[in-house]
Amino acid sequence: MSGKEYRTITDVKGPLVFLNKTEPVAFGEIVTLRLSNGTIKNGQVLDTSDDLVIVQVFEGTAKIDREAGVTFMGDVFKLPVSTELVGRILDGAGRPRDGGPQIVADEKADIIGAAINPYSRQSPHDFIQTGISAIDCCTTLVRGQKLPIFSASGLPHNDIALQIARQAKLKGSDEEFIVVFCAMGITAEEYNFFRSDLERTGALENAVLFVNLADDPAVERIITPRLALTAAEYLAFEKDYHVLVIYTDMTNYCDALRQIGAAREEVPGRRGYPGYMYTDLAMLYERAGIVKGKKGSITQFPILTMPGDDITHPIPDLSGYITEGQIVISRELHQQGIYPPINVLPSLSRLMGSCIGEKTTREDHKSVSDQMYAAYAQGRELRGLVAIVGEDALNERDKQLLDFSGVFEDKFLRQTRDEDRSIEETLDLCWSLMSSIDTKYLVRLDQKWIEKYHPENKE
Amino acid sequence: MSNEGVIYRISGPVVTATGMKAAMYDVVRVGEEGLMGEVIELHGDKAVIQVYEDTSGIRPGEPVLNTEETLSVSLGPGLLTQIYDGIQRPLATLEEVMGVFITRGVDADAFDLEKVWKFEPTVAKGDSVESGQVIGNVQETETIVHKIMVPPGMSGKVKSIESGDFNVTQTVCVLDDGSELQMMQKWPVRTPRPYRQKYAPDTPLVTGMRILDFLFPLAKGGAAGIPGPFGSGKTVTQQSLAKYSDAQLVVYIGCGERGNEMTEVLDEFPHLIDPNTGKPLMERTVMIANTSNMPVAAREASVYTGITIAEYFRDMGYDVALMADSTSRWAEAMREISSRLEEMPGEEGYPAYLSSRIAEFYERAGRVETLNGDDGSVTVIGAVSPPGGDISEPVSQGTLRIVKVFWGLDAGLARQRHFPAINWLNSYSLYPQSLDQWFRDNIAQDFPEVRTQISGLLQVEAELQEIVQLVGSDALPVDQQLTLEVARMIREFFLQQNGFHEVDAYCDIHLQYKMAKAILSFQDAAKSAMANGGQLNDVVNVPARTDLMRGRFEKGYVDTIEGMIKSMNEEIANTVEEN
Repeated sequence: MSGKEYRTITDVKGPLVFLNKTEPVAFGEIVTLRLSNGTIKNGQVLDTSDDLVIVQVFEGTAKIDREAGVTFMGDVFKLPVSTELVGRILDGAGRPRDGGPQIVADEKADIIGAAINPYSRQSPHDFIQTGISAIDCCTTLVRGQKLPIFSASGLPHNDIALQIARQAKLKGSDEEFIVVFCAMGITAEEYNFFRSDLERTGALENAVLFVNLADDPAVERIITPRLALTAAEYLAFEKDYHVLVIYTDMTNYCDALRQIGAAREEVPGRRGYPGYMYTDLAMLYERAGIVKGKKGSITQFPILTMPGDDITHPIPDLSGYITEGQIVISRELHQQGIYPPINVLPSLSRLMGSCIGEKTTREDHKSVSDQMYAAYAQGRELRGLVAIVGEDALNERDKQLLDFSGVFEDKFLRQTRDEDRSIEETLDLCWSLMSSIDTKYLVRLDQKWIEKYHPENKE
Repeated sequence: MSNEGVIYRISGPVVTATGMKAAMYDVVRVGEEGLMGEVIELHGDKAVIQVYEDTSGIRPGEPVLNTEETLSVSLGPGLLTQIYDGIQRPLATLEEVMGVFITRGVDADAFDLEKVWKFEPTVAKGDSVESGQVIGNVQETETIVHKIMVPPGMSGKVKSIESGDFNVTQTVCVLDDGSELQMMQKWPVRTPRPYRQKYAPDTPLVTGMRILDFLFPLAKGGAAGIPGPFGSGKTVTQQSLAKYSDAQLVVYIGCGERGNEMTEVLDEFPHLIDPNTGKPLMERTVMIANTSNMPVAAREASVYTGITIAEYFRDMGYDVALMADSTSRWAEAMREISSRLEEMPGEEGYPAYLSSRIAEFYERAGRVETLNGDDGSVTVIGAVSPPGGDISEPVSQGTLRIVKVFWGLDAGLARQRHFPAINWLNSYSLYPQSLDQWFRDNIAQDFPEVRTQISGLLQVEAELQEIVQLVGSDALPVDQQLTLEVARMIREFFLQQNGFHEVDAYCDIHLQYKMAKAILSFQDAAKSAMANGGQLNDVVNVPARTDLMRGRFEKGYVDTIEGMIKSMNEEIANTVEEN
């Protein structure tokens, strides 16, 4: 069927083109549009019937008129994949952006990606050491996990993501990750920052970049992460690599989704985002994981900026319901000059329980993490009280907890951008900080760990 | 018109067919690949179909075949220990056929049709049997006897009945009107299975979680809603219920949730032992996993598939507990389909029929007299995932209007790592009235009174905390400071429970009572010591109290706790003499 060119466009609206009277066109089929000035644009079928076909155009509909020729390619969108992808920079639609040759395909993979059968998954349980204490101790990252960074504009989420990409390793192993980096609507400046950092550290040779910048067509953003994940799946499940997918910024992706929904005159859900955004996001996030019988894995590290720092905004909210935890960046800590400004209280790693303990990190990890967390939470709460009644009104226990919360931020959270702390260093640091609190108030610590690890008992 | 038509339009999971004879909810096969779908709307000659599989690549003009059956589940021996997708295809079989990724157009039997089971008849030739009556037994797993019932709507005299080894499709019984009965029967998922009458629930579903059993008990045959924002522990709570509740059978529906969570359940359950029977938990469990990235229409169907299976086991006289995690994803699936149908939306884009669908679903819970005359129940526990944790949204509200138990999860508590993060101030259960007699007869005469005292203390604490926020705790009189200490003990010792700890994860109901009494006993001892000149600080810090509190992580606590209470009380009394 491909090859036949139609000139039956009736309407053009936002990113959508409406056509009349075609041969039967498949749902999801790829379309090319040839404009009268010779430009070629690509699109995909969103709705198809005997009378009307709706095409979503990836490069924007500028200059499309009713004379444009439309050709249906007879197939759904596929990405040519091969190990040649590693080390390459591609644009948001999968074309080389680095001036290099076209990718010679080993095979072509459907970018929508099929769902992994839950029965065929393998539970993630390998501890990834990021070298960042707040993450390793309190929201431990596991290989095969999807753990987003909830950030906001003006915060150093990019530095944190890059630090993780640089430092992430399995404990006791030199095995490196392949980084698949997917940029959606970020600025050229941010992109250059990522790129030069990856170049500086030599990581670019082990990375694949898919780049859709802020001035690239918004609709293209819908397929960019799908291309990135298709490449990741190929590398992980066909070629046995461990893949770390970083995508930024999910908020731009969701806005593109909303733009298409509005153009289709769909009934909007919360804040104008489409009602199917949960399912749509799940189709991306759920492509993380480990599969029985395959050596590779996909770990996802999406970055999203919360509009107005609001964690109940639909984008972080729906993401949080799908991902296996979240790392929340705090403006307050950032303004205090603390890097990385991770607020551990609303942060969470759902898979942490399966990867910490004697065999993987250290036997006291769970106990320490719970106690650090509880003491910090109580200390933070007391700050509110102190603001009203003054420090003198506190009893001994509360005073210690209050002081601890300051030390926690200054000594535990704070580290430099290239400081790579091992998990043992992190846990020992926890013990030395907690020793400022009277042992009888440390109710979450098992007695046997106190005897073994408390600085008082260590000498 | 024939039962074959052609595709007119495709828009995501919604396909329109023309030229086909169709009735509402008929199951159809769509396209060359025969994707499974269901008729959900009729417009003149056009039938609108929701398709349970991905529709990419399907074209207008491809054939549509109406099977003229409604969406049904297969019921019979072999159901237990299975894990299904939303339309009852076993995931293990799908893996064999398609590999690790779920592709489409594959049919799979719900269970092994060839497997031979030992059928033992319970009726004889010449007996007259009614619809729903048990005609024989199959020992399906070590703990569960699968009762073979006359399908609803059939009855008559037994012309012949077999005994011995058969597979589920072989005839085991013939009635005098010539109808042949097999061990497998089918039932349409959207129709509740019939029963004689509904009873008022009078027995608690004991879950082993202190805050639930003690403060907010759920009855067998009741319905509970667990709303909570992400990260507040809905799934952990649901999984604890699936593991430890004293239902005889559990149906667990993972509806639009994370793939890795289902994997965790699959990895864990075969190794876990049911504390009530001592047998592997998997032997009493049927699982349905339609994760968030699996087709949305099958997600819509998954809750119906699950509850129909639950009702089927109820009809055998079992107490069945059904966990649906999460009903919000089910509601969103309805919203997605509704918006593709261009229906006029109600609140927040949800269809106007949302609340009646929710009510219909929860109404399928209940304790009933089965057609066989037995007592069976289906308890439904639905998780709700309100956007931003705000329960004023339509799914939470629709749920709260119908359920009698509300376990409200709280992000603040979760943040303090207080688990289970169920807020004791706004949660409620309307069952204590009907369950108190059971607690008095089976646990202790004063059980309801102890509960009232404990929840009363928590209320008082909440009021005192407001003052403490302003002036600090040292400004309170000592008796109120003691109340705060007692309440802290309730929270940290009683309400907090470690769902991952081998001992603490499950707390026997008798032990729960003893622990509650221990707290009250501490309060009494402390009060009398302080009346005689004891100091609050000394009283609170007696070592025996710490031992008592840490003791709950040790095995055999139910036997040692009495002694620990005694030494705590002695030490508290001794603080007076020291002064």
